[in-house]
Amino acid sequence: MSSDPTTTEPEGLGLGLGVSLPQADARAKTEGTFPYASDLWAEGLLWAAILRSPHPHARIVSIDTSAAAEMPGVRAVVTHADVPGAATYGRRVADRPVFASDLVRHHGEAIAAVAADHPDTARLAAAAIAVEYEVLEPVTDPEKAFAAEPLHPDGNLIRHIPLSFGDPEVTGEVVVEGLYRIGRQDTAPIGAEAALAVPRPDGGVEIYTASTDPHTDRDLAAACFGLPPEQVKVVVTGVPGATGDREDPGFQIPLGLLALRTGCPVKLAATREESFLGHAHRHPTLLRYRHHADAEGRLVKVEAQILLDAGAYADSSSESLAAAVSFACGPYVVPHAFVEGWAMRTNNPPSGHVRGEGAMQVCAAYEAQMDKLAGKLGLDPAELRMRNVLATGDILPTGQTVTCPAPVAELLAAVRDFPLPSLPMESPEDDWLLPGGPDGAGEPGAVRRGVGYAIGMVHMLGAEGTDEVSTATVRVQDGVATVICAAVDTGSGFSTLARQIVQDTLGVDEVHVAPVDTDQPPAGPATHGRHTWVSGGAVERAAKMVRTQLLQPLAHKFGMSTELLQITDGKITSYDGVLSTTVAEAMEGKELWATAQCRPHPTEPLDDSGQGDAFVGLAFCAIRAVVDVDVELGAIRVVEMAVAQDVGRILNPAQLTTRIEAGVTQGVGAALTENLRTSRGLVRRPDLTGYALPTSLDAPDIRIVKLVEERDVVAPFGAKPVSAVPVVTSPAAVASAVRAATGRPVNRLPIRPQAAVVVA
Amino acid sequence: MTLPASLDEAVAALTAMPAAVPVAGGTDLMAAVNRGQLRPAGLVGLGRINEIRGWQYQDGHALLGAGLTHARMGRPDFAALIPALAAASRVAGPPQIRNAGTLGGNVVSAAPTGDSLPVLAALEAELVVVGPLGTRELPVGHLLAGRDMLAPGELVAFVRVPLLHAPQVFLKATGRTGPARATASVAVVLDPARRGVRCAVGAIAPMPLRPLEAEQWIASLVDWDAERGLAPEALTAFGEYVAAACIPDPEGDEPLPPAVLHLRRTVAALSRRALGRALS
Repeated sequence: MSSDPTTTEPEGLGLGLGVSLPQADARAKTEGTFPYASDLWAEGLLWAAILRSPHPHARIVSIDTSAAAEMPGVRAVVTHADVPGAATYGRRVADRPVFASDLVRHHGEAIAAVAADHPDTARLAAAAIAVEYEVLEPVTDPEKAFAAEPLHPDGNLIRHIPLSFGDPEVTGEVVVEGLYRIGRQDTAPIGAEAALAVPRPDGGVEIYTASTDPHTDRDLAAACFGLPPEQVKVVVTGVPGATGDREDPGFQIPLGLLALRTGCPVKLAATREESFLGHAHRHPTLLRYRHHADAEGRLVKVEAQILLDAGAYADSSSESLAAAVSFACGPYVVPHAFVEGWAMRTNNPPSGHVRGEGAMQVCAAYEAQMDKLAGKLGLDPAELRMRNVLATGDILPTGQTVTCPAPVAELLAAVRDFPLPSLPMESPEDDWLLPGGPDGAGEPGAVRRGVGYAIGMVHMLGAEGTDEVSTATVRVQDGVATVICAAVDTGSGFSTLARQIVQDTLGVDEVHVAPVDTDQPPAGPATHGRHTWVSGGAVERAAKMVRTQLLQPLAHKFGMSTELLQITDGKITSYDGVLSTTVAEAMEGKELWATAQCRPHPTEPLDDSGQGDAFVGLAFCAIRAVVDVDVELGAIRVVEMAVAQDVGRILNPAQLTTRIEAGVTQGVGAALTENLRTSRGLVRRPDLTGYALPTSLDAPDIRIVKLVEERDVVAPFGAKPVSAVPVVTSPAAVASAVRAATGRPVNRLPIRPQAAVVVA
Repeated sequence: MTLPASLDEAVAALTAMPAAVPVAGGTDLMAAVNRGQLRPAGLVGLGRINEIRGWQYQDGHALLGAGLTHARMGRPDFAALIPALAAASRVAGPPQIRNAGTLGGNVVSAAPTGDSLPVLAALEAELVVVGPLGTRELPVGHLLAGRDMLAPGELVAFVRVPLLHAPQVFLKATGRTGPARATASVAVVLDPARRGVRCAVGAIAPMPLRPLEAEQWIASLVDWDAERGLAPEALTAFGEYVAAACIPDPEGDEPLPPAVLHLRRTVAALSRRALGRALS
């Protein structure tokens, strides 16, 4: 049922599912010829610039755009007064103004936008807009947001979930408590936001951008433009990379307004600073935990309070909170759980969907608790975890029964039993990359090695009753197939997967995936691994319908059912080998089309006590981290991450490995360096020097020690999405290893150097 | 943009257009331009001035061209001359930065995290400045402290450093294993001829700090005529002496904030390790 990738043969090129088909655009991306949104050009192009608030909280007394509008080269200046349609928008709740009108709620909020014939002119004109602010005291502590004056007409409480499961009176023999803080990770996408808006002769507008959810972006923009959705078209350009929602409509809506106003194409290419200020971040979270266990280390009860800092606007905070509360106990069997979660509005930068939202923060906390419990009981941390792991058939604290494969014990055993990396004690100077890097200050004598464990879980697809549906069309003519599906390939490899699915079903070598735009039927956002499942399922169904159309006449002619015919290498053969013809012959020059939908089984919202079958499916992962810590400087290097993951079925081995490696590296970043710092609501150093991403020297050796292929029967192909769960689990594993190396509690992520120092 | 081929031409170009900004590697300047913080009226490129791209020897000193790149200074032949400057150059950012960024640029940008600056401070380097009124020299510390500024039309042409023929160490602490700006850095150079130890701490203040008393105290403990090694306790005491001198206790009973305390411990550990390596 499981495979060990360290011993499998190197995969050759092939077709269909299960082979490492390379991405169709890999070569163009490598050679720099792949067109991204920032490369787009149009005749008579104007450049946009957005004026952003320098204050986290202020009342706008007046906005005077006359100086900007009179500057030579400036073609249009728009503010809140120029929004013809809805004044507010939001991916989940429409609570965010297109342009701040009376109140600024976070540093970097858009106030006005300018279109000019040169990017510098646009920037200078934006700076020339005179805004008079009455600066207000910012609310930056989510704990204080409860009692603070409402920052928004919707109030400061965005969502509250009081989960209650079991008997509150039960207590355990051993109790451990902890307070944990998780920082603000940014998606820091490759390539900052960029878009081109082109007005249409019918009064509509086309927006070319790297959207990850084009239909939602179109609907939001159309509402703000006061246009029917048919008059707005979002065309998805190449996505440089995305690990959350990409291309905030906060960039596209002002751009579309400027294009409609000027009648000219308008382009915007955000700076990295704007990108940091504009888009959504991972929720900074404060967590308070109390774990009860019996003397053998079996969990009895978990009590937790989880406070998410949602920033100024709701965005996806409600979903993040649901995930945080539901997975607050982790993939462990917990008979009694009382978890209270809040998402609070503050004047901090906006929070939203980032891979592993909610689940990552709680994983860091519950795994810290497990380490504490192991310490108190004198048990090996891996053994304590093993005594509590969840399995198929167990019940989550939300009351939902785990029906999908949940091979958590097998995953944990795999990473526990994998040989540890050796210490290069013989020639440490040459072979040992110490914390601090080559030519760094590290000294072998001050370095301690630690080993830590974490297991994590995420839900797949949208939760709590979200209508998850995707539509795909497959067309075949002259031996070439085309897939038309509005699922955006964010770098997740969906388009490669779509080709493999069609190759598998139709036996066609050449498969093209059409570019995405909103004239196609919606496929939903590229989040929570949904395209592997939902869009992949739709592509498979459409391909099967084409297959039936192709084989039906033959089957009829030979008096057998289509199931008895198979397609391989462009040939159609019957089960007994009597009949044989080529696909081209069977097609008879016809063009075959089919469109199909995939809609997984419905879910339900969590009720007033946090109960409900809210998730379509779950994915699990176990990680063992090995770290070296220079205990005098507090410098940490992650040496190795051993990963075992529950993947359902491997559809593309190379792509799957890459996704896990990327997820682990993102998690290492969250554990050690990635934190967008603010002080009193102001973002400090919004650039890639101030916000340190992992470099190749920071990325550990990633050993994928086991991929458990237990097919999830409700998922198309039985495959589980793989990208998010390593992101969720890695930070907790690194923290656990630093704890083991230093004996320090490590209750804050990213881990600050002073938290990893051992004072003699 | 003009591209003079000699220092004289560069000075003439800057004198003719006082608003122009000289640019060498551009690793700081162009980043500021791209951020919209700087919009120079003109640029005088220094990349074609061959006389400042190498070094020459001058009565016990090396006269280093201001156009030497970090990559060039990181090579073994340079490391044999001025080991600490080579070590600082090797960690002064990713390869793209080291290939372009120059010694003169590091001095003139005077960023607190400039990795070459504590080394130049410990070496008590002199800057050779050319300008419309001729050539003058000033200690690097004077420029970094703002005691002496470059006049219009003036350029840092060379950096004069003594050749000490003794161990030198540069260490820096950063937030990650890959290239990053220093949170603290320490340069320690030995000067056996003058029986001196010189130390400078970078990145924790706007300019490198010299703990002069700690230097004198530790130099008095070293046996300059025999094995120079010191007991671990002496190294530890030196580290703490340096750290306390650079990050003094606050007035009154207030304890140091945790982050500052950590910085002080970092400086102590770096100083101890640097001196230990220099004397080993």
